[in-house]
Amino acid sequence: MSTTERSKRQKQRKVLLMGRSGAGKSSMRSIIFSNYVAKDVRRLGATVDVEHSNIRFMGNLMLNLWDCGGQDSFVESYLSNQRSHVFSSVAVLIFVFDISSKVAASDMVSFADTIRALHEFSPNSKIFVLIHKMDLVPGEQKARALQQKAHDVRTTCEDEGFLGQQVEFWATSIWDQSLYKAWTQVIYFLVPNATVIENMLEKLAELLDARELILYERTTCLVVTHVTRGSEGRNPYTDRFERISSILKTHKHSMAKHTGTMASEVSFAEMQIKTGEFMFFITRLTENTNLAVVMPGDEAAFNAARVNVQLARQEFAHLDIMEKKGKEVQRQADTRGSAPGEDDVDTISSQARLS
Amino acid sequence: MRTLFSENILSPSPTPAPQSNPFELLFPSSISTASSADSTQSSPTQNEWLTQHLQNQQRTESETANQANYAANGQQAPNVRRKGNPKMLFMGLRRSGKSSIQKVVFEKLSPADTLFLEPTSRIGTVKMQSFITFESVELPHQLSATTPDFDHHAVFSHIGAVIWVLDVQDEYLTSISEMIQTAVFLAENYPRVNFEVFIHKTDGLSEEYKYETFREVRQRVQDELSDLGHGDRSVSYFQTSIFDHSIFEAMSKVVQRLLPQLPAMEALLNKLCSTCGIQKAYLFDTMSKIYVATDASPTFLKDYEVCSDYVDVIVDIKQIYGWHGQDGEGKAVSERRNQDDGDIGESMVTYDRSGDTYIYAREINDYLSLICVMGKGSTTNKRVLIDYNVGILHDALLQVFKV
Ligand SMILES: Nc1nc2c(ncn2[C@@H]2O[C@H](COP(=O)(O)OP(=O)(O)OP(=O)(O)O)[C@@H](O)[C@H]2O)c(=O)[nH]1
Ligand SMILES: Nc1nc2c(ncn2[C@@H]2O[C@H](COP(=O)(O)OP(=O)(O)OP(=O)(O)O)[C@@H](O)[C@H]2O)c(=O)[nH]1
Ligand SMILES: [Mg+2]
Ligand SMILES: [Mg+2]
Repeated sequence: MSTTERSKRQKQRKVLLMGRSGAGKSSMRSIIFSNYVAKDVRRLGATVDVEHSNIRFMGNLMLNLWDCGGQDSFVESYLSNQRSHVFSSVAVLIFVFDISSKVAASDMVSFADTIRALHEFSPNSKIFVLIHKMDLVPGEQKARALQQKAHDVRTTCEDEGFLGQQVEFWATSIWDQSLYKAWTQVIYFLVPNATVIENMLEKLAELLDARELILYERTTCLVVTHVTRGSEGRNPYTDRFERISSILKTHKHSMAKHTGTMASEVSFAEMQIKTGEFMFFITRLTENTNLAVVMPGDEAAFNAARVNVQLARQEFAHLDIMEKKGKEVQRQADTRGSAPGEDDVDTISSQARLS
Repeated sequence: MRTLFSENILSPSPTPAPQSNPFELLFPSSISTASSADSTQSSPTQNEWLTQHLQNQQRTESETANQANYAANGQQAPNVRRKGNPKMLFMGLRRSGKSSIQKVVFEKLSPADTLFLEPTSRIGTVKMQSFITFESVELPHQLSATTPDFDHHAVFSHIGAVIWVLDVQDEYLTSISEMIQTAVFLAENYPRVNFEVFIHKTDGLSEEYKYETFREVRQRVQDELSDLGHGDRSVSYFQTSIFDHSIFEAMSKVVQRLLPQLPAMEALLNKLCSTCGIQKAYLFDTMSKIYVATDASPTFLKDYEVCSDYVDVIVDIKQIYGWHGQDGEGKAVSERRNQDDGDIGESMVTYDRSGDTYIYAREINDYLSLICVMGKGSTTNKRVLIDYNVGILHDALLQVFKV
């Protein structure tokens, strides 16, 4: 397959990761995308200039992540001579605030300067504000600290011309699953055909009579989307999706340590948990995604479900198919009727390539 | 409560039924003798004689019991020192980590949170009710075996093992000399009590330094004990840290030495492993993640680690999706299930890259789980054989604990 063909099909989305030096940008990037565990990040040095990474997500989505070193001299240069280079064609800006920062006022000034530049070159981009290192705030003060910060940030955003729904806030810490929660939202926003996937999953869930289906990306373990049916909607563990990301990531590390391989190479073929009350399995759905299936505790239905998921792989294959032969893609895309959504995205990605 | 597959993961454990203690049933006569000895004991020398007498008596009894019960076993029953539930006494200098170990292992405190533990000033007992009751006691550092005015008998006569915690990150010569006094005291007064040394807080030390200090401590203790005429006294040494799995592995070995069912369990596991191509099998106490037995193949910390981590995966997922059984109407169901053992949980994970190696987990009862690392060649089409044999093991183990 030629590289030109690949780049035509792939949807590049530019994501800026910014915030002051020491805010924790590279830490979170390493944990989510490079299989670091939280205690490893102490070894990271300050980022010099911009570190680019291209992360292929579900085949046709290519994250083009810019981890921008936050030391003042670098930031000055982003805002001056590199201004258009950095801020044009941005799909998402992730701005990280260190909640324990001693210089909150100057953090806010830096944020304002940043989004001013963003508004100039990518006025339609989305901003995710991560209020980070929440583990350093004592439990009872968390809510207040968060509210205060969010209020300040929102005011600044409005001043710079970003509307309410263009900005989202997430409290994060590398020490718990909140990090996964925030990044899952970012991914969900970027995945081009999320509603198509959801519709397909809903059908599958009905066919299997599953309580819940969770689709997540294999390397990062980030949840792409999920379908919940019937009484499972009352599951009191509302944080279960990010918890499962975190559990699976930890398991990956554990297995990598055991086999002496890299965590990035560990991918299980199948995991099953059977109890009288529920049946659970995780298996590959597409090249880049795994599917977790939660069923009622019935052995026969469980076995049928495993077979049915295998059969459904073909149906989902087009989500990843951009890596494969063109003809196949065309056929799948036609029958799926997902063309309009994909066209939109193609436009955005061609914009990105112009820069 | 941390159970692998039962419904009531979050609910506190029920009070144990007294008759379910398998140990008492195993050695009824030695129990009654022991308790009468306890009440009549007066002078240390008399006590020594009594304990030795008891020890011999118990040894013969346990051997007969083992031979009777586990004739298939074919090996000598080891020196079973203590009946009853595993009871451990933690000793060591101040801030050596005694409370931290108990909290982390038995109360699931996160290791980082031990930073804020208060010094211990009174003798306190931590109990964990699992398939057996683990009991651990901390002796405040002000008290030692040689402190004259406290009730030694009350403290030492009921325990199975003394665990001496030595902080390697601190100056440890004082600890060694107190440790030796304790070892001698035990050898002279309570020879049935196991003596275990945790060379503790090894996190953050280089491999080389760790090895050197381990050797040095062991050498010193062994030399001094020989000089004092107790060279034959067996002392076990462990390198431990609450920040990794080493503390669980060490506690597992300490506990195993206190379990009379150990030889029976080991024999069963050996058989299972050779029949089914299992690389390593552990019987886990699900709640504490202490393993109460493993097969005879070499034991590597990494096997234990991966199995222990896998227990976490199952417990967590079980918690997330087992919520149906946690609300009111589910209670009745869970009680019924607990009674008839009808609902056996099972789990496995297979891998793309590492050939056909995988982990297989099976619930034995609410508290006990079998976790296996499957070897190469035990492909999925052998699953029927494995299922069948694990089923047999399951029944046999329940027998071992019921008696
Ligand atoms: N307590 C706490 N510390 C964190 C968290 N995330 C990151 N850190 C610490 O913050 C420090 C700085 O993290 P980095 O990721 O290197 O910071 P950065 O934003 O990439 O900094 P520059 O590259 O200079 O812009 C590291 O020492 C981390 O250990 C968190 O959630 N909680
Ligand atoms: N680095 C390290 N520190 C540990 C470890 N275990 C315990 N500590 C620390 O040692 C300190 C003392 O721990 P405690 O458990 O209170 O010690 P203790 O022996 O019960 O002390 P007293 O009750 O005062 O006799 C705490 O700050 C723990 O965090 C370990 O494995 N590694
Ligand atoms: Mg950085
Ligand atoms: Mg203490």
